[in-house]
Amino acid sequence: MGNGSVFDEMWGSDGQLRSSYAGVRDWLDSETPARLRAKSREAEDLFRLTGITFNVYGRAEAEERLIPFDIVPRVISAREWQRLSRGIEQRVRAINAFLHDIYHRQEIIRAGRIPVEMIARNEAFLPQMIGVTPPGGVYTHIVGIDLVRTGDDQFHVLEDNARTPSGVSYMLENRETMLQMFPELFARNRVQPVQTYPANLRRSLAACAPQANGTPTVAVLTPGIYNSAYFEHAFLADEMGVELVEGHDLRVVDGRVAMRTTEGYKPIDVLYRRVDDAFLDPLNFNPESTLGVPGIMDVYRAGGITIANAPGTGIADDKAIYSYMPEIVEFYTGERPLLENVPTWRCQDPEALAYVLDNLADLVVKEVHGSGGYGMLIGPTASRKEIAAFREKLKARPGNYIAQPTLSLSTVPIFTRAGLAPRHVDLRPFVLVSPGNIHITPGGLTRVALKKGSLVVNSSQGGGTKDTWVLED
Amino acid sequence: MLGKTANGLFWMYRYLERAENTARLIETGQRIALTRTGAGDGEWRSVLQTAGVSSSYDAGHGSLTKDQAIDWMLRSKDNPSSVLSSLEAARQNARMVRTALTHDVWEATNGTWMWARDLLSRKVAERDLPKVLHGVRERAALVRGATDGTMLRNDIYDFLRLGTFLERADNTARILDVKYYVLLPSVAAVGSSIDNVQWETILLSVSARGGFRMEYGSNATPRDIAQFLILDRRMPRSLRFCIGKMCDNLGYLVTSYGSRPPSHDRIDDLRACLEVDIETIFDSGLHEFIQKLLRRLGDLGRQIEIDYRFTE
Repeated sequence: MGNGSVFDEMWGSDGQLRSSYAGVRDWLDSETPARLRAKSREAEDLFRLTGITFNVYGRAEAEERLIPFDIVPRVISAREWQRLSRGIEQRVRAINAFLHDIYHRQEIIRAGRIPVEMIARNEAFLPQMIGVTPPGGVYTHIVGIDLVRTGDDQFHVLEDNARTPSGVSYMLENRETMLQMFPELFARNRVQPVQTYPANLRRSLAACAPQANGTPTVAVLTPGIYNSAYFEHAFLADEMGVELVEGHDLRVVDGRVAMRTTEGYKPIDVLYRRVDDAFLDPLNFNPESTLGVPGIMDVYRAGGITIANAPGTGIADDKAIYSYMPEIVEFYTGERPLLENVPTWRCQDPEALAYVLDNLADLVVKEVHGSGGYGMLIGPTASRKEIAAFREKLKARPGNYIAQPTLSLSTVPIFTRAGLAPRHVDLRPFVLVSPGNIHITPGGLTRVALKKGSLVVNSSQGGGTKDTWVLED
Repeated sequence: MLGKTANGLFWMYRYLERAENTARLIETGQRIALTRTGAGDGEWRSVLQTAGVSSSYDAGHGSLTKDQAIDWMLRSKDNPSSVLSSLEAARQNARMVRTALTHDVWEATNGTWMWARDLLSRKVAERDLPKVLHGVRERAALVRGATDGTMLRNDIYDFLRLGTFLERADNTARILDVKYYVLLPSVAAVGSSIDNVQWETILLSVSARGGFRMEYGSNATPRDIAQFLILDRRMPRSLRFCIGKMCDNLGYLVTSYGSRPPSHDRIDDLRACLEVDIETIFDSGLHEFIQKLLRRLGDLGRQIEIDYRFTE
């Protein structure tokens, strides 16, 4: 990664302020470092009291941790956002069409655009979904598209999250915190609101209910209070005004999935589940699972409930499939993809593997089904020993990995003890899909690598978050 | 409402009430130890008994000392009813029922737990003890106040009140159970200063000294104290008051749900037990009477759990 080529979103290479940041600059100039430091601490206390914490797997003592919050907002201009959202919408439409096709006629394979083994031998492909059409034809009710920026007009999709994208509660709480701490900032800058997300989510989910009569009952399914994202599950249920249920609250009663209430069992129409496919139904998937509902898949196949996102959507955010996304977008929309992919080597392919093994020190290597920044290699910052160890893993199971060049992610300033300092960021906008409607919340979750020079923004690896502004036109 | 949520609310408020009651018991023990000359650590035995943690204490300790007894009740993780364990359990339940609580209640509960976790991470020095115990009561009042001021009066509220008053009734009954002999009209000790101190203890441990004085003046008899703690209609920790409140909340549930499950018969029985005067209670045996109430309170709790589908 060439340091000279890093794109900073606030300052141009000539040291000129980019116009979208004028409001933020004025604000920073009017504040003293001491006051900002005090505000920073205040924000942290606020987060702790609200309980916005996440659990880190594999660390017994540090049970609940706070995701660090940086008070300098990240700004996206209306023009940039318009372009981005068109690209996101196109991509999400393609993903839904792809999922429908893959579980029905598989035209894309017949057309030779994707090799059949990419699907047939893929663990994320769910045979139980073959021939099943979800209510309203929607597969991915909620999508998070991870974007990185490398230049003025250059955005790349790093990854599509089509299973159960998380982080939206941080997007909302970050804005809430900024509103509480710096109300004057929002009086002076015209920022597009994000706070309607929960209401939109509920409306969008309800619009996907199996039958259109009456007000559908929506519930959020969580694995429970020990899950790393439990706060978010409770937060969303609370904000939507719906029940937060666990597997043991549910059972199949008279062909419907129903929750145990103080007055008996009550049927559910739409289940926003934050439980992985494998744990959803011990009768149909992992028999050991205590997190799911025995028989829910049978109700689902009979059209008795909407599961959001649909089971089997993981096939669309699999990192090997990702490398085919440009073809997928073109195949289903007939348009050229508006958003670029990051060039990707599929290690399953012997030629690609050979290249990756020769260039490990310059590449990022990821597990096909991995997430959260676990189990990846970042060549440029890894030690020789780590690279050697990873080489063996890669050779043992090449099909399990893809590799990408280390992108020069854009930077945005954060507030540090020594003043403002640029740090690398990514962006996860959140997309809601219902029959005939795709809604994108302006902005999304900006994750920021707090360590100088680091490219890893994942919260599980020490990343933080920022409030993300999309300015009004 | 989910059965699980009713369960979580019920226990969240039982644990909050328990933390507060235990703090008050420690304060009482401390107070007596300080005002009584030459008395050993004997008083701590009855304090442990009242808190219902006497035998579990013995299982983990060789002898009974004041410091260890306080530590056991205040912050031991091995004692599920210690102040710290109770606050942790209350907060864990609150997390589980997060969607049923207002932001104010959740923040008060979470803040209380964070405060206690930091403060009780190390042994509390004796000189800091009053401040810590006062803090526990203050924090409990904060959660109660947030509950009173911000929660909707619906079935959610009914279940949390049932938890509060079942725990409180249980606590008052246990205080009487352990100390009943002080209130008996025994020939030898009547009017002696020891008795006065013991009566003080009882009133102190339910924060009722002031209220009692207001009602009965300073010429108290054990009979008056028993009357006050068992039958008084206005004293918020008396058995009659707590059981009356549970009656109300169960009644509201009948109205909102339109059904009347067996727990309502249990609460009616309990209320009937209290339709007596204090003379009758003493004549037929104070100890037996309290024992009977404690058993019925336990039965009521179990029946509520069944009736409202707390678990599968």
